[in-house]
Formats: sequence, C-alpha cells, structure tokens
Amino acid sequence: MNYAVIWYIISWVIRVEALFMLLPGMVGLIFGERSGLIFFPLAAVFYVLGYLLGRKKPDRTRFYAREGFVVVSLSWLVLSAVGAVPFVVSGTIPHPIDALFEIVSGFTTTGASILNDVEAMPKAYLFWRSFSHWLGGMGILVFVLVLMPIAGGQSIHLIRAESTGPQVGKLLPRMQRTAKSLYLMYFVLSIVQFILLLCFKMPAFDALCDVFGTAGTGGFGVRGDSMAGYSAAVQNITTVFMLVFGINFNFFFYLANLRFRAAFGIEEVRWYFVIYILACAGIFLNLKFVGGESAPDLHHIAFQVSSVMTSTGYSTVDFDKWPEFAKTILVGIMFTGACAGSTGGGIKVARFVLYVKQFKVKAASLLHPRSVSVVKMDGQRVDSEVLHTANTFFFIYSAIFAVSMFILSWDNMDFTTNFTAVAATLNNIGPGLAGVGPARNFAEYSYLSKIVMIFDMLAGRLEIFPMLVLMAPATWKRNG
Amino acid sequence: MKIIVVGCGKVGSVLAEQLNKENHEVTVIDSNAAKLEAMLEKLDVQSYMGNGSSYKVLMSAGVKNADLVIAVTSKDETNLLCCLMSRKVGNCHTIARVRDFTFYDEINIIKDELGLSMYVNPEYEAAREIARLVQVPSAMELDVFAKGRVNMVGIKIEDGSILDGMRIIDIRTKINENILACIIERGGDTIIPNGGDFIRKGDNVSFIVPIFEMTRVFQRIGAVVKPIKNVMIAGGGTVAYYLAVMLKMAHVKVKIIERDKKRCEMLSEQLSDDAIIINGDATDRELLHEEGIESTDAFVSLTNMDEENIMLSLYANEVSQAKLITKVNKITFNNVIKSLPIGSVISPKNIIAERIIRYVRTFKNTPGSNVESLYRINENVEAIEFKVSEPVKNIVDIPLMDLKLKSDLIICSINRKGRVFTPNGKDTIQTGDLVIVVTTHAGLNDLREIVEE
Repeated sequence: MNYAVIWYIISWVIRVEALFMLLPGMVGLIFGERSGLIFFPLAAVFYVLGYLLGRKKPDRTRFYAREGFVVVSLSWLVLSAVGAVPFVVSGTIPHPIDALFEIVSGFTTTGASILNDVEAMPKAYLFWRSFSHWLGGMGILVFVLVLMPIAGGQSIHLIRAESTGPQVGKLLPRMQRTAKSLYLMYFVLSIVQFILLLCFKMPAFDALCDVFGTAGTGGFGVRGDSMAGYSAAVQNITTVFMLVFGINFNFFFYLANLRFRAAFGIEEVRWYFVIYILACAGIFLNLKFVGGESAPDLHHIAFQVSSVMTSTGYSTVDFDKWPEFAKTILVGIMFTGACAGSTGGGIKVARFVLYVKQFKVKAASLLHPRSVSVVKMDGQRVDSEVLHTANTFFFIYSAIFAVSMFILSWDNMDFTTNFTAVAATLNNIGPGLAGVGPARNFAEYSYLSKIVMIFDMLAGRLEIFPMLVLMAPATWKRNG
Repeated sequence: MKIIVVGCGKVGSVLAEQLNKENHEVTVIDSNAAKLEAMLEKLDVQSYMGNGSSYKVLMSAGVKNADLVIAVTSKDETNLLCCLMSRKVGNCHTIARVRDFTFYDEINIIKDELGLSMYVNPEYEAAREIARLVQVPSAMELDVFAKGRVNMVGIKIEDGSILDGMRIIDIRTKINENILACIIERGGDTIIPNGGDFIRKGDNVSFIVPIFEMTRVFQRIGAVVKPIKNVMIAGGGTVAYYLAVMLKMAHVKVKIIERDKKRCEMLSEQLSDDAIIINGDATDRELLHEEGIESTDAFVSLTNMDEENIMLSLYANEVSQAKLITKVNKITFNNVIKSLPIGSVISPKNIIAERIIRYVRTFKNTPGSNVESLYRINENVEAIEFKVSEPVKNIVDIPLMDLKLKSDLIICSINRKGRVFTPNGKDTIQTGDLVIVVTTHAGLNDLREIVEE
C-alpha cells in the first residue's frame, strides 16, 4: 500500500474543502450573521493542516485499485469529519454524531436531516449543508483531480471508486480533462437552473440552495415545508432539473458534442424515462381511483416521482398521506434510483437493465441448455466480470440493508419507519415514510442507529465496495 | 495532438505509453476487452472496444478530430483498411504496420490511394538494424544521423583499452578531433558527460563519428576491425529472412538454423543459394558445434522465444569470440538483460515504436526551427536533429561556450551545407544548419528548448 500517495491526496481534499468553507463565511457576512463568521478561522486552520500534510510530494506516485478504493473512502470520511466541525464548534448542532449525520447526509446527497426546525438555523450553515450536496454530487475527488498535479494514468482508479454505476469509463483521453468537462457540464446546468429560478422570482438565497440540492440530487431544503411553499413554476423547474441531473452525464457530453444519435441511443436513459412515466401513471391512477381525488394534481405527482427516483428527496406534498399503492411505487423507485454516471443514488437503472437482461439470458439457457447468448448493452458486449460485480453488488447491498434494519429496529419504531429509513439512507434519498416521512425527520433515532445510517449513506454514495475495502483487514496487512 | 492507436499488442502498448508520456491525447481501439482494461489501468488514455477498421468504432473514438491514426493490429489487411477508412472520414495522417513482405514490397503502388502517410514493418526494420550492426563489428549499438553522414557508435570499454581513464576533453587531441563522446552508461546510470569527466573501463560509451573517420578511429582505439564475413542465425523467422537478403548484398555468408522443416524449405526456396539452411534445433549443442559456432564471426539469436535467445547468446559468448546480437521482444526486465553478456539487444517493437514516435515529433512543425528526426538511443537518451530555418534569438550566431545549455545536453554535430563537423566551444550555430543534440530531457520539440529558460 502506498501510504504516501494516500496522505497526499487526502491533504488535497482537506485543502479544497477548506477553500470551499470560505463560501458560507461570505454568506454569513452578507446576511450579517456573526455565527457564520466562524467559517473563516476554520477554513484557515484546515488549509494550514492540509498544507502541512501534503508538504512532501510522494516520490512514488504509482497506485493501484486498492489504493484507489482506500483513498476514496478515507477521503469521504475525512471530508465529512471536517465538514461537521463548523456545526459543533458554533453549537448549531451541538452533538458531534448529529453534526456528522447532517453533513454526511449532505455530502452523500441524501438530504436526511436531524433538524427539527430548519428555519431556525443561520443562513451560513444552511448554505454549507446545501453546498455539500453540490460538491458531493459530482464527487470531491473528481474535483481534486482537476487541480492536483499528480494525475497520471492510475487516476482512473479514483474516478472508478467514486463515480456511480457498474461501468465507469472516460469521456476524453485525459483524466484531468474528463474531470474538467464533467464539472463544466455540472456547473453550466446548475447556472441555467439558477437563472431560471431567479426569473420566476425565487429569492436568490433559496434559489441557490435549491440548485445545490437539485444538482447534487441531495434534497436539503431551507424551509420547514421543503419545496411546498414555492410557486408552481418554481416547483416545475425543480422537477425538470431533478430529472436532468439524474441522467447519465455521458448523455450531456454527447449532446454538447452534437452527437444526438449517440445521446438518445443510451439504453439506460431510455429506460429511465420509461420507468419515470410508468411510476407517474401508476400513482395518478391510484390517487384517482383509490385515493378518491377526482383530478389528482399531476404536477405534484411529477415532482414527487422525479424527487424520489433521482434520490433528491424534496417534497411539495406529504406523500406519506397517499394511498398504499402510490407509496409502494415510491419505495420501489427508491431502489431503482437514477442513471449510472449521474449525481443520483439508488441501485441505478443501468444495473437493473443488466439484471433483467441476465434474467433473459438465463431463461433462454434453461429452455435451450446448449444455447449461447451474451448480455449486450448499448450494442456492446458486457464483460462477465462486470456482470459478476453487479450481481455481487446486489447481494452485499441486500445484506447491508438487512443488518441495518436489525440494528435500527432496536429503537422500537414501526416496521415501515425502519424499512424506509434504511432505504432512504442507503439509497441517498432523504425522507422515507411514516416516522421518517417528508414532514418528519431522523432526530428520534438513537446515536447507534445514526452511526449505522451514516455508514449506510457513505456506502450508498460510494456504491459499497470502497467502504468494504476500507474495512477489510487484508487491506491493511503488509502484502495482504 | 489527438492520436488514435488501433491495436493494443506489443507495439500498440509501447506506442500508447510513449505518446501518452509526451502529452498527446491518446485513444486506443482493440477488440480484446481485457487488453484495453489493462491499458486503461496503466495509462491515462481512453479506450474503445471493437474492430478498428469499422466506421462506427472509428467514429465513436473520435476519428473526425484526430490528427493521426496509427494502425498496428496483427493483420495487415485490417491496418490498411483502418487507414483507408480513417482517411475517408477524418482529415488525419495515417500510419500502418505492414508485415507481409509481398505487401510491403508493393505497397508503394497504392500508398497514395490508401491515404497512407507512412508504413512500417517491424521485422524489416529489425533486420536492417542488425545488418548495420554486423557491418560495424566493434559497435554495440549504431545509429545513423544526417542521412547517413554521422554515426553514433556505442562501444564497450574493455580492460586495457586506451580510452580507460581518459578525460573527455583529451579525446579530441589524443584520438581524433572529429569524435565526441556524448553518452556514458555506467552501471545503471546514463551520463551526458562534460569535458572534465573520465571514461572508465566497463563503461558503454557512445561516440559521434563521421562516417569517413570510422576506420581510422577504430584503429586508433584498438577496437576489432576485422570485418564480419559469416553470420550464424538461430531461428528462421521473418527477421532472419530479411537479414539474409540484406547480408547477401553485403557479401556476408549466412547460415540459418531452423527447427521447422517446412519453413526451411520455404526459406531455401526464397533465398536460393544465398544462405545455408540447416534443419535442426538451435538449442542443440552438438548441432551448434557441428555448424561451427566457435568460428563464426557473428551469432544472431532470432528464435520466437526471448528466453531461448538469451540462453543461446550466453552460450555463444561462452564458446566463441563472435559478435552477439540478441532479439528480445519483451524488455520488461531491462536492467537484468543489460547486465548479461549477450551483446546488442534488438527489440522489433521498440524499433517500430521509435520510428513512429520520430514521425510524430517531426509532424509538429514549429516555425523557426523544427525537429528533422529523432532517435531514441535508449530509454533515457534521445538524439534530436534540428533544422535551423530562421535566426533563432539567443542561439544562432553565439559561440557554443557562451550558450547557457541545459545540463545533460550536448550539441554533438553540425551539418552545414553538407559539411559535417563536430563543433567545439568557438563554433556557432547558423541559419540553415542541421544540428544534432543528445540529451536525457525527453520531449524537446524546438531548438529554443536546448537553453535554460
């Protein structure tokens, strides 16, 4: 294991995060909040710390998949720990575990909160937790790669461990340029949304936080009622952009390069929209015929499905009050999640497409035992190693889900609450149903359960394997 | 530059690695997913799976914006088709590897129609390099610059050599004023010497020697000058065939030992009376002695297995005084191989990669001065030939001793209107010169870069 490189990269993560801490500091200045000024000295302290850690550039910069996994998971832990410090120091969230829960929920773009009264929080801190969505959405290491001077061929291991989906490739031959173009697209889309929101008279601060939450598919709101209090136009814009940020970024890359056929040829994106439309239709019919609404409001349905499917977690209505079928659909699309290579969470549509295709191949081989067929995606054969990893992913995912459920149930909440709490954190959604529904929060859980959910959120965001590698004893053994 | 490399075999991966190191944007295409994966994990390149001659695959790899497409798959036809296709859809230069001798011979007829900028044949190039080494008996390595007018010769300093313990600055006066020691390999280090450095025994020293001084210099140094009259080749592959043809023209007798009967018959048919073809196992000791390994002037191991070649050369070193040349395809353990007494090591894939890199370098023309050609001496050292086409500020017309040259860099030859000379401190670079610079700084592209910023 190349510890020098690991330290070096982590030092960069700390420095970058310290620089970003200046932003909430400025928000504090603008709104004249004294409590927000604490971000400035903290930024200075962490910058110096990062600088001292990374003073010595490692001589041996070669690293492999193992270091990639460890760097990514450690970076996320460090990122979260550092991010929680302002809350604890300022006393806005006094307990360290609560603060950690809140910021991990931010960076992993979950949006699950332990705050009972969001509006009582100073603006600087609201900004910081919303901003953590934006940074965590595309990934901190992708950002660091844009800046870091040692970005050789092995940087693919970093992106692989941090980005989502079963197959992670590059958009451009150079990793650094790939990272730059990803952030450029991300930035441009965010700006467009921000301008649109301003046009429809959303207050600038709310609009900014809304953009962060939407772009990162996070879901921290700045109001107690999430998005319910804004105009229908603002909600519709948010609906559209949540969907947009849930699309595989390859799609936008092809669009930007005027390769429309390639863009719309991505199988996953097509399935993504099919699932979206089916879910909306299902909920609409259920509300109409079982829920007793003569004309269910389509824009709320569209908003809610978009919000849950992309793992954002904003709400305009309390969907906990919807009839059972509609709620079941919502829980279902929590699991499918958004596209691979987007900022969204969940198991990812791409994996489900692979599962279905494998099922077809398997069924065929049962009927014709000697038949040979391979799984193809976007016209390319999918390597059996990729399939195997995707299947293993599903198994480990279920196992983590089950173990988390057991631990959470000790707190003696009802089954729905526990189930959706784990689903909402492991899939990085935010709100669940019943006790953790959109109108409630996670504050009532014990600290043990919160720690479990912190792990779930990180495991969900990094797609499990990096966290497992970090915890495997063999990783830390010499020649292990 | 945006470069697409089609085929991730031995040559393809060396090329991708080298081009990637020189800051080009490299995209590789191969139909083997595992090879691509290995490449992707090692290098900062992009990869596409598929057939490199397919329009769809080339398009998705971005051939439209590519500057250069290099086709080095194992099949000639695929390579040619790939270049044709790339040329058709994109506006790029194309390089193809062509192995088949009949193709290679006749390709000139259709070169323009295929849109080929260059075609290379690894076996042919390897054979040419070996033939050159055979013709200069005492050289370990030999590179030719300035269209053959300047040679760089690598010599191993044996015990008791006149050069042992000599100061670089004294070589001019004591040996010949036209020669210049420009690279010393000592142990694992590569040194670009300055005047005060000493040569020691055991060093591999590369000299620049004008061709007309060659014999005189060698006589003065006391190196072997007995010309090589007969060569024994182990392994009758394509390289052996080309080599036999070339050596025949230089009136050198060739003996090829080949295991496969059919191949022997084919060689015998193609080479007719120019070579003696022996059907037998080259690793058979009795056979080697029967065919006179002790008395051969040169022994070349060209079998398909690296290990076998190394063993054979080690054995030849043991039992004979022959000049040894060993083909090693996979130079992974370079340092170990270097320390073995197996003579000159030839690697076809590296030769080919070097030829292509040279092309890529000269391709980027900068106004004022540009790279005329590039030679990779070993993995650390390059010799670059610059053409000075305009008066470059701070370099032209300034005596060399007043130039602030970078360290580990030496100007070793100037060709002024066809007159080649080894410059001394009082000489100047002038417009129109061809200047050869030897350096360990990789990737120099402009004459301006030879001086400190």
